[in-house]
Amino acid sequence: MINLTINDKAVEVVEGTTVLEAAQQLKIDIPTLCHDPRLKPFGACRLCIVEIGGMAKPVTSCTTPAASGMVVKTNSQKLYRLRRTTVELLLSDHPNDCMTCIGTGDCRLQELAYFYGIRKNRFEGAMRDHNRVDANPFITREQNKCVMCGLCVRVCEEVQGVGAIGYAERGFEAKVIPPFGQDLNCEFCGQCVSVCPTGALSARLWSGKPRMEGVKFTDTTCGYCGCGCNLTLRSHGNQVIRVDSAADNHNRGWLCVKGRFGFDFIGSADRLKTPLIRKEKGGKFESATWDEALDYVAKRMNEIKGKHGPDALAGLCSARCTNEENYLFQKLFRAVIGTNNIDHCARY
Amino acid sequence: MASEIIINVCMGTGGIAAGGDLVMGAFIKELDAAGIGNAVVKEKCRLHKVGCRGFCARDVLVDITVDSHVSTYQYIQPDMVQRLVREHIVGARPVQEWLVGEDYHIFHDNQTKRILADLGRIDPESIDEYLAVDGYKAAEKALTTMKPEEVVRTVKDSGLRGRGGGGFPTGLKWSFCAAVNADQRYIICNADEGDPGAFMDRSVVEGNPHAVIEGMIIGAFAIGASVGYVYIRAEYPLAVDRLRLALRHAEARGFLGENLFGTDFNLKIKVKLGAGAFVCGEETALIASIEGERGMPRAKPPFPANKGLWDKPTIINNVETFANIPQIINKGPEWYASVGSEKSKGTKVIALTGKIRNTGLIEIPMGMPLKDIIYKIGGGIEGDRLFKAVQTGGPSGGCIPQQHIDLPVDYEGLASVGSMMGSGGMVVLDETDCMVNISKFFLEFTQAESCGKCVPCRIGTKRLLEILTRITEGKGREGDIELLQMLAEDVRDSSLCGLGMSAPNPIISTIRYFRHEYEAHIKHKKCPAKVCNKLLTFFIRADMCVGCGMCARACSVNAISGEKKQPHRIDNSLCIQCGSCFDACKFSAVLKE
Repeated sequence: MINLTINDKAVEVVEGTTVLEAAQQLKIDIPTLCHDPRLKPFGACRLCIVEIGGMAKPVTSCTTPAASGMVVKTNSQKLYRLRRTTVELLLSDHPNDCMTCIGTGDCRLQELAYFYGIRKNRFEGAMRDHNRVDANPFITREQNKCVMCGLCVRVCEEVQGVGAIGYAERGFEAKVIPPFGQDLNCEFCGQCVSVCPTGALSARLWSGKPRMEGVKFTDTTCGYCGCGCNLTLRSHGNQVIRVDSAADNHNRGWLCVKGRFGFDFIGSADRLKTPLIRKEKGGKFESATWDEALDYVAKRMNEIKGKHGPDALAGLCSARCTNEENYLFQKLFRAVIGTNNIDHCARY
Repeated sequence: MASEIIINVCMGTGGIAAGGDLVMGAFIKELDAAGIGNAVVKEKCRLHKVGCRGFCARDVLVDITVDSHVSTYQYIQPDMVQRLVREHIVGARPVQEWLVGEDYHIFHDNQTKRILADLGRIDPESIDEYLAVDGYKAAEKALTTMKPEEVVRTVKDSGLRGRGGGGFPTGLKWSFCAAVNADQRYIICNADEGDPGAFMDRSVVEGNPHAVIEGMIIGAFAIGASVGYVYIRAEYPLAVDRLRLALRHAEARGFLGENLFGTDFNLKIKVKLGAGAFVCGEETALIASIEGERGMPRAKPPFPANKGLWDKPTIINNVETFANIPQIINKGPEWYASVGSEKSKGTKVIALTGKIRNTGLIEIPMGMPLKDIIYKIGGGIEGDRLFKAVQTGGPSGGCIPQQHIDLPVDYEGLASVGSMMGSGGMVVLDETDCMVNISKFFLEFTQAESCGKCVPCRIGTKRLLEILTRITEGKGREGDIELLQMLAEDVRDSSLCGLGMSAPNPIISTIRYFRHEYEAHIKHKKCPAKVCNKLLTFFIRADMCVGCGMCARACSVNAISGEKKQPHRIDNSLCIQCGSCFDACKFSAVLKE
């Protein structure tokens, strides 16, 4: 174990803990922008800088491993000044159109600007103008709002293992782009959107929908497959407007394209709401109750089994069911009906 | 005819640019024409290409040695070779008017040449010539008679510090790496010299590549690395070619490969070309670049000595650092430390440029006073103008003014006045240089070369440059100096890597020593050095103007008018102060105030 002091408070941490994590153990808040505990430390935003006794210059707490006897200061006039300058510099190259930005209320840069009370910026000058519309079907990229925290690049590489985006250019014009600046053409898992701290990356589906005002958050489980990823639905009135996932759940906040963006079926007019039964050959499907439908299925199964034997029946199940549901389904076929004709897309 | 004749032609990049290869060709042709054919050339008359000896301003430099008596010629062009051959080689009468003058000898005699000692003497493309000057003896001594710990201790005792800029004790760094438990270690030579105006590493690799390779072999042995890389700029084609050739020769002689010098030590050295990013000189960015990633620095710790290339312990040293190693092993740490100052031992190679008479590559003992470099080796300021400052350490260094002219040039001395050693660039500035403009020049470079990863460097240097630009354009505001100072300090203190940390140095040091120039630009809208065109008024002196019309043709906004052969005039309401007329006038009739 390692013992160190942060803001005059002693703390004991395990080897490999960063100074930032040690401070978090003490509930000491250090501002960050490029940090995500699920990804490797990056040290780009320079907001989590701290002063460590014996070190000539402030260092980033997210990248510095805690060491025995360290004496750390996370708040001083000097650190405040440096962090404030960093935020001011970011804002000097940012559209600052929070009124109409999709990220409002859910934006770390906005929060920092508020925290440091930056109304008038000392710095002014050129602003990046990427002025490029990405025609991909899922993700809206407003690159003028990019703070180059690198979270999107890292999640794509480290978590998704895809590497669909990377850095290009140098200096002020440095930017994050798909290869050769083409339109994004990936699996559209949207992990990048989920980690973007500003409005630079958002989903097309979110556009024009309520942001935070009047939005309700409901935790649920994704029905797309047996993984059972935890979701947080954002809804407004009767409408689901966004799907998130919290970083502290079992899927660590990561979702796939279906879970994250495939929610428009919920309010779809085409959606089946009751079972349908075709009562006579060539006839139309007619709406039925569950009792009617299940009685009908049970009756027909018994008839077929009685006339042709159990092997005349087969069951095909879905990966969208839970493990428990799939288990019960094969039990029904093997033990109740008496056939091994049971299968589904992920195989028994 | 004399019994032995040696002709050395300077064939460094500077020499070749001045026509060195043409001179070489002319010698082959003229020697043949004079009846000194191939057979004779081999036996009695040897023609050599040699690396840069430092005084590129005088290229093409040719040494003709007749029976051990050396005559050095300067500014030699191919059409001069015939006379050299006829008079000096055949006739034994040196061509007096083409010989170098006293200043050539003053330039060299005030230096202490260790790293550069063999540059200009041996053929960098011949391993035999390197072997003839005790080449690879140090590697053999280290590998066959010393333990790795002894090598590390010897380098520690010598006091050698990293020549790439940081000045970290080399032996100490090696000991850190050797202490890490690992199945694989790497040694990397950083030859990604990117400072504008710097050509130290380039000249060493071009002029004596085997010394660098030998230094790497010894370093690899000391830390236990079996694979080495030389990360070298692709913009140095001659250095790359000579390095690759030297590696092939060294491999062929068994100095690289397996079981070196009959021991069980193996070493393979690979060449990795840099693609032109200044930031790749930063060691973690360099490692990322070798790994095939974008050259972006990462936070330290972990230091490369613990976790470097492919996450294995890695030592990265600069070209000059490695070139020092063989001499330390051969001659001992005491010999090495006999030259230099208290905390900075040995010599330093410096690229001396700017407004100085003798520009070129020099090597000084650490601690040499600045004024000796400028007035003895450098021969003083060009045109007898007034010395203003010297910029050391490249774009990330600082400007040192007249009042510190006695400063000893070593790591501590330079740091004490707000500058740094850096890799060893030294640009001399005189009274015609505007310090605000100089800051702007260096910021333009560092700003464009920022990798863009961290905020203070990416946006901060841009804003610094913008403030400097508006000051030089007469749009400076009250409070701009304070804003510059404050932002410069913040960028210095919160950037991720050395590039951002040191990029504001030119601003901080010029405000410290030349604040009045900033004030003149901002308050009085004047550029005292008459450099910032936007603050100047251009006019034509009627008594000097011959009416040639060159200025009018050069003017892009048609602000100049006048009859042929009559004095011209500039309409200042149209003039955009581009300065083209000033440059175009051959009669010094265009003035700026």
